[in-house]
Amino acid sequence: MLALIPALPLAAVAVNLILGDRLGRRGTAFLACGAVFASFVLAALSVIHLASLPPGARTMVADVYTWMRVGDFKVDVAFLLDPLSSVMVLVVTGVGFLIHLYSVGYMAHDASFRRFFLYLNLFMFAMLTLVLAKNFLVMFVGWEGVGLCSYLLIGFWMDRPSAARAGMKAFVVNRIGDFGFLLGMLTLFAWTGSLDYERVFAAAPIVFHPGTLAITFATLALLLGATGKSAQIPLYTWLPDAMEGPTPVSALIHAATMVTAGVYMVARCHILFTMAPFSLETVAVIGAATALFAATIGVAQNDIKRVLAYSTVSQLGYMFFACGVGAFGAGIFHLMTHAFFKALLFLGAGSVIHALSGEQDMRKMGGLASRLPWTHGVMLVACVAIAGIPPFAGFFSKDEILSAAFASGHYGVWVAGLLGAVLTAFYMFRLYFLTFRGSSRLTHEAEHHLHESPAVMVAPLVVLAALSVVGGFVGLPFQEGGRRLTTLEGGAALERWLAPVFGEGGAAGASHAVPHLSFTTEWALIAVSVAAAAFGIAMASRAYAKAAGEPIAEKAPRLYGLLEHKYWIDELYDTIAVRPIRALGDVLWRFWDEKIVDGTVNGVAYVVEWASAVLRVFQTGFVGTYALFLTLGVAALIAHYLVR
Amino acid sequence: MMHDIPLAWMLALSATVFVIGVVGVLVRRNALVIFMSIELMLNAGNLAFVAFSRALGSLDGQVFVFFVMTVAAAEVAVGLAIIVNVFRLKETIYVDEINLLKG
Amino acid sequence: MMPFTMPSLIAVDWWALGAVIALSVGAMLLLVLEFVPAPPASNRGAFVTLLALLAAAGSVLEVRDARRSLFDGMFLHDGFTVFFTVLFCVIGAVAVLQSWDYVKRTRINHGEYYALLLSSTLGMVLMAASNDLITIFLGLELMSLALYVLVGFRRTRLDSSEAAMKYFLLGAFASGFLLYGIALLYGATGTTNLAKVAMFLADSPMIGNPMLIVGGLLLLVGFGFKVAAVPFHMWTPDAYEGAPTTVTGYMSAGAKAAGFAALLRVLLVAFPPLMSEWRPILSWIAALTMTVGNVTALLQTNVKRMLAYSSIAHAGYLLVAVVAGGLDGGSAALFYLAVYSFMNLGAFGVLALLGRGAEERVTIKDLAGLGFRSPMLGLAMTVFMLSLGGVPPTSGFMGKVYLFSVAVKAGLIPLVIVGVLNSVVSVFYYLRVTVAMYMQEPGAEPVEIAWAPSAAIAVVITLALTLWWGVQAQDLLTTAQRSILGLL
Repeated sequence: MLALIPALPLAAVAVNLILGDRLGRRGTAFLACGAVFASFVLAALSVIHLASLPPGARTMVADVYTWMRVGDFKVDVAFLLDPLSSVMVLVVTGVGFLIHLYSVGYMAHDASFRRFFLYLNLFMFAMLTLVLAKNFLVMFVGWEGVGLCSYLLIGFWMDRPSAARAGMKAFVVNRIGDFGFLLGMLTLFAWTGSLDYERVFAAAPIVFHPGTLAITFATLALLLGATGKSAQIPLYTWLPDAMEGPTPVSALIHAATMVTAGVYMVARCHILFTMAPFSLETVAVIGAATALFAATIGVAQNDIKRVLAYSTVSQLGYMFFACGVGAFGAGIFHLMTHAFFKALLFLGAGSVIHALSGEQDMRKMGGLASRLPWTHGVMLVACVAIAGIPPFAGFFSKDEILSAAFASGHYGVWVAGLLGAVLTAFYMFRLYFLTFRGSSRLTHEAEHHLHESPAVMVAPLVVLAALSVVGGFVGLPFQEGGRRLTTLEGGAALERWLAPVFGEGGAAGASHAVPHLSFTTEWALIAVSVAAAAFGIAMASRAYAKAAGEPIAEKAPRLYGLLEHKYWIDELYDTIAVRPIRALGDVLWRFWDEKIVDGTVNGVAYVVEWASAVLRVFQTGFVGTYALFLTLGVAALIAHYLVR
Repeated sequence: MMHDIPLAWMLALSATVFVIGVVGVLVRRNALVIFMSIELMLNAGNLAFVAFSRALGSLDGQVFVFFVMTVAAAEVAVGLAIIVNVFRLKETIYVDEINLLKG
Repeated sequence: MMPFTMPSLIAVDWWALGAVIALSVGAMLLLVLEFVPAPPASNRGAFVTLLALLAAAGSVLEVRDARRSLFDGMFLHDGFTVFFTVLFCVIGAVAVLQSWDYVKRTRINHGEYYALLLSSTLGMVLMAASNDLITIFLGLELMSLALYVLVGFRRTRLDSSEAAMKYFLLGAFASGFLLYGIALLYGATGTTNLAKVAMFLADSPMIGNPMLIVGGLLLLVGFGFKVAAVPFHMWTPDAYEGAPTTVTGYMSAGAKAAGFAALLRVLLVAFPPLMSEWRPILSWIAALTMTVGNVTALLQTNVKRMLAYSSIAHAGYLLVAVVAGGLDGGSAALFYLAVYSFMNLGAFGVLALLGRGAEERVTIKDLAGLGFRSPMLGLAMTVFMLSLGGVPPTSGFMGKVYLFSVAVKAGLIPLVIVGVLNSVVSVFYYLRVTVAMYMQEPGAEPVEIAWAPSAAIAVVITLALTLWWGVQAQDLLTTAQRSILGLL
């Protein structure tokens, strides 16, 4: 049954290919969504079955066939469902289905409707293969598969040169990541003699000594793979460019599912990472740096999708540093809640873009709240959720991550995360105010075509909004009557569920036990993080709600009474906080992103191309040259022997 | 029977011929002359075979020479045909004037 | 004088020799048939060739489990021989299917084409089956001479003739080194038989004999030339670009496999005692070959030439397997060779379909929009490119994974890093082809697609094998392992 979960979307791909245009639009949509929905149902049934097993025995395995066997080295095409992959598979199929549904409306007028769903289903197959794999090789198949589909979908509108370029960039960067993955995989194989998760993880403590070069190398190589896929420093620049793809693709692949593969992989290999403290520390630092850094750049963006893209990079950073401080469960928790609200944000943004006939610049929006009531409502929910206001989903997961960072003594990481949280709230509400509040800055034409999206698009939005509200509750400690709100106490539902994978220490991981925080500290931390979010929102409302000349500008100060004062405070505020942040974001974006990071990528490409050109010069086309090189080769061989 | 010629001398001769062949390939421009130089290399090999065959007292080397001569003859047939064909199309067999394919 | 005795052959031996007999008879028959007039659109040559190839493959498969040493140990019939004979015959058969229509379209439909194809297949079989340097040399020359002519088969085109001339001159040059190497080895060991060389080396204090080492190195040059290893590779792009496309496909698969067959047999049978000598050298050559091949391929605009460089790079990967050596390395090499042969044949097969008449349309620009104009062809080419680049779930991926994991196991970590890095780089230029097919509009004069049933069959066969071995690698892997066992 497990194998059917990825197989169904693949079957839909095959049917789509074979029947071709005979399917018609309706048929195509029905086939694509139906296959994913069936996968979701199967996944849900499987997880229910899994839950009925005793906690220690919660694994389901499906061996399909032997892929290759050499002596005692054996690789099967096999799938594994355990608590960790169950969370992933539910998120992927669930959110995936909603996005498929949404796409039916979003892509309704696109000429390449069928091709779109072909790629989308292919992506689902690859992604499900990735999360359900039972060994590294099958995972790698999914890993490469999602990369390929992502590439195809970024470049979906191939007549736009920018789309083609963005696709190429995503591909280049992902190849660097894949190099790391392959290298890590081969290293693990060399030491443990297997690629099967169970055998690798069982053998690792025996063959590796914690902290040795071998395990550090293997985990760092895997980390390189993860940073490529999950758009972390230094391999993140492809993700903002990836927004060239259709918006549902951004929601599915570049927010909710594929980009989380890196986090999933790190969590999956948590045994290896905890054995390599240096690598784990690197994960934490990279994650925290990315979280803060990308949030800063997000502030300076005017394209609604690029704001969300940098926000995704930043939120992925949170997941990474959760893993880095040993709170793998918290990372997966945030992965899940993020999938809900970020998919919602993208789809909502898509709905806005759809309504405005393709406009993505927030400076040309404004005042849409009354015109797009449904979209506005769900977007507000999503913004609150990502900002981390209780009791919305993002609050629980983000707070858990920050507490874990604090508890494990990573104060620097904690501060970075907190600052990131302020910025997150700030740029999200900047987006919200610019888009939905204030006066309309729409072009006349856009105004004319303005319309709320059809039901097939709104329905998924509402479901996702509901999930963004309640999704965090699985992080609540249901045990002991819900009296103690200490998220690290191991009582939370999700943590208990994941415990068989990450060890009895709950989110903290068995060998990396995080000291428990006292009741007071815990509450203090919660207060601080909520305050951070509120502060960010207040700043945004100061800077943007008023500028846009909306009544909210007068209401907002009362809402966030902290800042209610005379006009000059606004001005001062603008000068000391908002402008510097925006300027910083701008500089980082224009200088660091475009010059340093892109420059390095381009530089490497340039050097390789230069080498290629040089090598071509030697290929003169003259027999004499060729004979000369051949002879020099012979001479070198003999000289090598003589001087040795 | 020339028992007085040591193996080393014959090998030295063969090596000299071989090197002349290699140098010929490298410095000459005419495809035919290059080809003749290659034949020199093959014959240097033959010389070595015969020398070793005598020194080792085994006939294998001598037999090998016959094979090589056959191969060389076949090579001449093929090679001349190819060179003639190039001459027909390009009216030159100087290898430094023929580099349509490169890069 | 020894008394003259007829070699006594039993039934098994006849089956074992069946391949050689069928191929030679087929080649000669084709030459004789040329005296019987036939219309220009005749399929006679292709039929006879296919029959000969099928007979050859069937014959060795009939006695695939036997192990025989024939002609005083010069010709070995073992798993290795069977593997390569069948591989060469299938490569040949696919090449015939691809050529079927191509030769008529480009007006080179002469009986000699197929006769030469069979002769060179015969040469390849001899190279793989020989256990003696003399017969290896003969096989190599037979294969090469036939290929020289095939490369120049489009006699009226300067590029074809130029390619033939370069290939010929450099090939003969390399043969000179090879021959001299054999001579030195003969002088050092007193034999040309590989098994006897091994025995000689096993209990000899002569391991450090310079004649032996230099002889071995020159041997390496000869084989390195055939498999297109850096720095003996420079003929490859020119010869591949100039040759008729079907011939390019055939030689990129067959000649390379044959070169590796000979190299493997020589290194694994005769020279294990000298492992410490050749291992570092081959490692360097492998690293250089991968890198130079891939890097130079990056900027190519002619797909045929790009694939030529790619084939150089693949020789590099294969050399990594050879360096790893032993059962694992050997079987990885065999596995990779089989996989590589068909994905490469497939790619050239697709290229051979492009263009009208004798014109050749194989630049990246010519491929623009192909994916929409001919979805099947586009899909096939995409799969071949992905496979060459080592992307799952294709056979090329399995080949690379197995090859690199074997190398890691053998402790060749630096070589593996270079290899993986290279395979990462390589995807760029393979993907350029795909991008052109799917993401660019065709130019003013879209390339014509010359479909023919036989060529379609060839595409389907190569596509099926490329996908099948990616999804189910076990059978081929087991076969490769069984085949290499006989050598060790």
